[in-house]
Amino acid sequence: MFGSLDWSTLQQLWWLIVSVVGSLFVFLTFVQGGQTLIMTIPGTEDEKTLMVNSLGRKWELTFTTLVLFGGAFYASFPLFYASSFGGAYWVWLAILFTFIIQAVSYEYRRKPNNFLGQRTYEVFMCINGVVGVLLIGAAVGTFFSGSNFTLNDYNLVKWLHPLRGLEAAFSLFNLSFGLFLVFLARTLGALYLTNNLDHDGLVEKLKKSSFNNLLCALPFLLYVLVSLILMDGYAVNPADGAITLEANKYLNNLLQMPLNLVLLLAGLVLVVLGVVLNRFTASVRGIWPAGLGTVLTCLAVFFLAGYNNTAFYPSKADIASSLTIYNASSSHYTLTMMSYVALIVPFVLAYIAYVWRQMDGSKLTIDELAADKKSY
Amino acid sequence: MIEQIDISMVNWARATFALTAMYHWIFVPLTLGLSFLCAFFESIYVRTGNEQWKKLTKFWMTLFGINFAIGVATGIILEFEFGTNWSNYSWMVGDIFGAPLAIEGILAFFLEATFFAVMFFGWNRVSKKFHLFSTWMVAVGSNLSALWILVANGWMQNPIGMAFNPDTARFEMQDLWAVISSPVAISHFVHATSSGFLLASLFVLGISSWYLLKKRHIQFAKRSIAVACVFGLLSSLFVAFTGDEHAFITARTQPMKLAAMEALYDGQKPTGLVAIGLINPNKQPGDDKDTFSFKVEIPGMLSLLAKRSFDGFVPGINDLVFGNEEHGVMGVDEKIRRGKIAVATLGDYKGAKSAGDELAASKALTLFDEHRDYLGYGHLESAEQAVPPVGLTFYAFRIMVGLGTFFILLFLVYGYLMEKRQLENKPTILRLGVLSLFLAWVASQAGWVVSEVGRQPWAIQDMLPVTVARSNLDSGTVAVTFFLFLFLFTALLIAELKIMTKQISIGPEGD
Ligand code: HDD
Ligand code: HEM
Ligand code: HEM
Repeated sequence: MFGSLDWSTLQQLWWLIVSVVGSLFVFLTFVQGGQTLIMTIPGTEDEKTLMVNSLGRKWELTFTTLVLFGGAFYASFPLFYASSFGGAYWVWLAILFTFIIQAVSYEYRRKPNNFLGQRTYEVFMCINGVVGVLLIGAAVGTFFSGSNFTLNDYNLVKWLHPLRGLEAAFSLFNLSFGLFLVFLARTLGALYLTNNLDHDGLVEKLKKSSFNNLLCALPFLLYVLVSLILMDGYAVNPADGAITLEANKYLNNLLQMPLNLVLLLAGLVLVVLGVVLNRFTASVRGIWPAGLGTVLTCLAVFFLAGYNNTAFYPSKADIASSLTIYNASSSHYTLTMMSYVALIVPFVLAYIAYVWRQMDGSKLTIDELAADKKSY
Repeated sequence: MIEQIDISMVNWARATFALTAMYHWIFVPLTLGLSFLCAFFESIYVRTGNEQWKKLTKFWMTLFGINFAIGVATGIILEFEFGTNWSNYSWMVGDIFGAPLAIEGILAFFLEATFFAVMFFGWNRVSKKFHLFSTWMVAVGSNLSALWILVANGWMQNPIGMAFNPDTARFEMQDLWAVISSPVAISHFVHATSSGFLLASLFVLGISSWYLLKKRHIQFAKRSIAVACVFGLLSSLFVAFTGDEHAFITARTQPMKLAAMEALYDGQKPTGLVAIGLINPNKQPGDDKDTFSFKVEIPGMLSLLAKRSFDGFVPGINDLVFGNEEHGVMGVDEKIRRGKIAVATLGDYKGAKSAGDELAASKALTLFDEHRDYLGYGHLESAEQAVPPVGLTFYAFRIMVGLGTFFILLFLVYGYLMEKRQLENKPTILRLGVLSLFLAWVASQAGWVVSEVGRQPWAIQDMLPVTVARSNLDSGTVAVTFFLFLFLFTALLIAELKIMTKQISIGPEGD
């Protein structure tokens, strides 16, 4: 089935798959966003514990999606994996560090004799939510703003900036991208918690919080969108693979892929809709439209970066070194095989959905936690 | 291929990988085994409906959870470390190596992560049956993740199912099934997972023995020991069996590693096995010094183990380095000579290609094809470089096998004493049980040292030396990372141990 597709179709298919996993990850950063909310929202220790436990049941899902995102990129676009991780070394390591400290924080936070103290683990969660998400945003920002690296004849990467990736966080565009993601994650976190908790006082505060965080996110989003429309992009010539600078490349992409424009707008509208519903009506289910909207928006962003003959990992220093989905991908055979493997993903999604329907049938309460010695 | 090789960077990167992998392997084997033990305990609970078994299950699950969190934290580092520290490797073999990593995510990690949540928080939210099912799924999921990562590792130990593509200068996959079903991978998988079962059984047995020594939770401890004993005995026998099989395969696929494991310099026929020995630290390949200053040897045994016949020829380090025509062993010098031709003609081919000279390109390609099997050797400078650290490999192997044999005896003794209802009255045995809890980790880590140190200098056996696999980083950067990891992981390990011992001292009644 997949074997008969030509290589470039498979490459596009895999950009789609990677985009889907990446977009789901961004949606799932509601966990990270929620982790930053525990610093400000809860009034009492019990309320904080309630929030932490609600998030604590989902953190593995987000984490595993990040792991899968890395694995999928490795298998399908190994040259990106090699160049970006080996080149933009510090930014990726910094991101990873925030995920290491997150992974232990839930389990260890309230356990007796936990060495670093409850407060430290809560700070860890907050660092993961702010620094981790911000840097991921900055790193993704370089898909558009470019980085300073070269590849030699053997495709071995050389990074030209001494900060090795951290410099990304000092560009206004990347920084805005990162801050947008941080506030989006907080918005989603508030929406998720609203839906998952049975606690009137908290739900009231969370409803407000989701709206306020969306307001904070908007200026950064606007800056990112306007910059995208105005900025030059890196175009690849499908005939010979040559890469050139093209004025308003991303605007052109949007106009040439009108479906993508629809995706972007629909996504943003859904996010706003979810938040507005949540804030101004009695509904607590705003997470669903907003979550779907997040996924659609992110898909549009990934498509903008990789489709329509665009270099998705541009090099500012040496334009010819820029990575495209064509020059960075695995072989035809590997992409074919991995496509068969990807057919399993719907089944995975199905059992995840099934299990969580079972688990989230009733909302979480402080009483339930008090009765359960295993709670975080 | 690389402008200039910074050896100290390579060494820091190796140290970092060893550090993170060894930390990961502190937690992983316990997950592999304890997940199954929890599933056994819970099955007994569901069968009998006895609340005591539920309490017991919950206690071991608490320890499982504490361990699991930090296992995950160390794992994510390893995955990305291939990109950060071994980026040339990642590009050159990402076509093949990335696949099992991605499959692992899809097939194993989600299974584990999803059902883990049910196992921990679902006691009152899902039915008893579904809860039990979830516990089993966690066990299956964690052992599946071992399968895929060991497929990846097995491929590095014995690369098959792929070909070098001179146009892209990288290795490309040709047969995914060959990669997955590789005997080396499967033998890694069965040995490593069963060693995890063994380790977890010793963990349960050790902690329970401590309770018996302290005369606390007697009933609970005996129940735990009964299950752990059966599981442990079966696993330890299986570990020995699969380990022997593993060595047999290694003799074929990585003869240099086997020679290092046995500190065998000159192959003979039949070859004896040194059961215990002290290596002369000044011994070098090619000199005529004695290898051992002291040894106890079993005649013919190594031939039997490695070749399955008493008079099979097992090549030694000298045979492999300098060649042995009589037995048809090509020396490393010759391999390096051919490898250098492969490297040079590959360069010619690329040069001719970009100059548009088709004739020269096809001539270079023909020459390259004749020598391509030795491409990896073209990056070595001297034949001695192909020899892994012999002492470390030799001793680590002895430690693992020695402890493995000891554990079998230990389980037998425990089983016997349980049967006779004598266990509580044998403090010496119980102390030995507590000590074995720690020895399990020693054996387990030693196993990876054999496996990974023994394959030096290759990142991918015979194809890619570690010096070429590295990233373009300076050694200071990697050294800083090493210490950051050391600091962070050690802090987290201390936290884990403190929490774990606290939970153990609280005991099952606290639940
Ligand atoms: C509790 C841990 C434990 C115990 C008791 C044993 N092993 Fe083991 N062994 C491992 C834990 C381990 C391991 C850590 O799981 C390794 C490292 C790589 C692997 O796949 O498994 C391993 C690797 C390993 C190798 C592979 C080296 C290579 O890569 O070529 C061999 C030949 C053996 N073992 C042989 C044995 C034998 C004959 C044992 C006899 C009782 C034994 N092991 C006990
Ligand atoms: C260098 C090689 C390795 C890499 C890249 C790696 C990667 C990972 C990652 C990313 C995770 C976290 C998964 C999650 O999100 O839940 C993880 C956890 C895990 N890995 Fe590894 N791993 C390696 C070696 C191994 C080995 C050798 C085994 C077993 C034989 C293993 C078994 C597991 C298990 C059982 C877990 C679950 C968490 C735990 O309790 O430890 N891994 N690994
Ligand atoms: C989890 C248990 C493991 C342990 C304790 C372990 C240990 C080590 C050690 C000690 C080294 C350094 C050897 C030396 O420099 O002399 C090393 C290197 C390495 N190992 Fe492992 N390893 C483990 C699993 C794995 C797995 C599962 C993979 C691959 C999937 C892997 C891939 C590598 C690589 C790429 C290197 C660096 C290159 C090299 O030195 O060969 N390791 N490991």
